[in-house]
Amino acid sequence: MKMKTAGRYVDLIVLFATITGLTIAQALAQATAIPTSDLINPEDLIKLLQTSGKEKPLMIQVGSHVLFSQAHIPGSEYIGPASSESGLQQLRQRVESLPRKTFIVLYCGCCPWGHCPNVKPADDALKAMGFTNVKVLYIPENFGTNWVDKGYPVAKGD
Amino acid sequence: MLLIAVAVIGAAAALYWVEHKHGSDAAVHRTAKQPAPDFTLPQLDGQDLRLSSFRGKVVLLDFWASWCEPCRVETPHLIELQEKYGDRGLQIIGVSMDDSPDPARAFVQQFHMNYPVVMGNAKTGELYGGVLGLPIAFLIDRDGRIYSKHIGATEPEVFEKDIASLLPKP
Repeated sequence: MKMKTAGRYVDLIVLFATITGLTIAQALAQATAIPTSDLINPEDLIKLLQTSGKEKPLMIQVGSHVLFSQAHIPGSEYIGPASSESGLQQLRQRVESLPRKTFIVLYCGCCPWGHCPNVKPADDALKAMGFTNVKVLYIPENFGTNWVDKGYPVAKGD
Repeated sequence: MLLIAVAVIGAAAALYWVEHKHGSDAAVHRTAKQPAPDFTLPQLDGQDLRLSSFRGKVVLLDFWASWCEPCRVETPHLIELQEKYGDRGLQIIGVSMDDSPDPARAFVQQFHMNYPVVMGNAKTGELYGGVLGLPIAFLIDRDGRIYSKHIGATEPEVFEKDIASLLPKP
């Protein structure tokens, strides 16, 4: 009887440990885990883009192509969702030959910030490759609300 | 040891709540009852679906994608709503904004979705004013006019209240 009860406790502990592990892993993979110092606000990016003489970043959209086709930051490049291995692979290939000091801005805007599955893996991948000047565009709600609706410049198509 | 375990589990529970709480990101907009733009799009089985063929029903047009975390939270509620109100004239239509049908198909199977899903595209998004963040849902009345627009994961009670008000009384 005591053995059976102990067994149940072990099962419960294993269950809790699994849930804990999965939840923490999920949280770490999300945008909220990106340090604030690595973020750039839409307002600041606009200022930077509109100020002559300032170094312009390579801007990479790491989300869905359907969303990119509807609206994206002019001059930015579509790479593919970085939540998938194929998207990460394309990202690595795109930047492989670039100097590691290249100024890169990553963005997505598919979902509210805490739910974006793409920007954190993309940021991690570039850092792992040694890039030292990477910023992630902070989009609290989505690209529509925090960029398009603000009247910031938009391009359509591929 | 026990205290540490409790603390870790508590932290995990808090994180889980933050990630999965409903409606925190949602915004509801009552619209001017403009006609819902019509479209014909392929379903995952290849058959075309035309929105206007559902005139006379209350339609919940839900834009989603397989990679969208809030959509994963919302989908089981939509399945329940279809189950509950389907007989009274509710038709939920999912518009997948995935770049290809395969992940959408896997999602449909995983969740056992009980309503049709079409593959959307940029043009569909533009028809509806730009679907530039997911999920976004449009509730369309029986005359084919947009009653409300729901941005972000929406609490099932919010949908249910609007749906019930548009359906004929039992």
